[in-house]
Amino acid sequence: MTDCNDTLRELQTFLDREMSETARSVIHAHLEGCPDCLEAFDFHAELRVVIAAKCRNDEMPEGLLAKIKQCFGEDPEVEISTH
Amino acid sequence: MADRADFADQAMQFAPQLYSAALRLTRNSADAEDLVQETYLRAWRSFAGFEQGSNLRAWLYRILTNTFINKYRAAQRRPSETGLDNIEDLYLYRRLGSLDASLSNRSAEDTMFDLFTDDEVKAALEELPENFRMPVLLADVEGFAYKEIAGILDIPEGTVMSRLHRGRKAMHKLLYDFASERGLISSDPVGAEPHTADGTHQ
Repeated sequence: MTDCNDTLRELQTFLDREMSETARSVIHAHLEGCPDCLEAFDFHAELRVVIAAKCRNDEMPEGLLAKIKQCFGEDPEVEISTH
Repeated sequence: MADRADFADQAMQFAPQLYSAALRLTRNSADAEDLVQETYLRAWRSFAGFEQGSNLRAWLYRILTNTFINKYRAAQRRPSETGLDNIEDLYLYRRLGSLDASLSNRSAEDTMFDLFTDDEVKAALEELPENFRMPVLLADVEGFAYKEIAGILDIPEGTVMSRLHRGRKAMHKLLYDFASERGLISSDPVGAEPHTADGTHQ
């Protein structure tokens, strides 16, 4: 039986989905029988959702898309227009 | 080589998230706008180096972070990394976990969403030293895997993991500090700990 310290040590790796299926199932098994650890995992999973949502809701300045399109208008392979 | 027009179309769809990422890195909108433009210009010019079938989004983030490091970071004083290592694991959870659980009958995610303002979460990320801010941004906001982050930042995967570990803890502590300053949380965590200090259950 995995103990709480071992499980909590793997919290971030688990949430990052950077674990083998075998290791994941060990964590899952512990969480099913341990409400305290499950609460800690849930807390961090929610925190990530909130952080991601709040850090990517910036509004692009007007005109930025047009400026980007201008970058694409440049012909990098032809120095001088042939027209 | 992929078609240039296709490339432009596909690359454009990432503009809003690249702009948000640029804002977290430069911390001001004028520089962020310049950084995004420069990223697209460099991508367009080095398009021949992009291997079709590889991850366009990761490639754009690689250009974005490289451009940021070369152009903007040099101008800044190297931020201090002291204090990053004195933060215990589960710092925020030990102080907020029970508050989050007891706050209401709404869903837990809504509760957490309202605990911090948008500006606080952005500021907590932006206050991290750049070496830590970039991996945390790429993992927790952009959802890249360790291996992708290692490729984007040109650092070993083990370094990605250790910077994520330290960077996240520092960010969580900043979030706690902001919430404390607002008076949202009593600064005394005693009695609010779901786990005892050594991580075992009470």
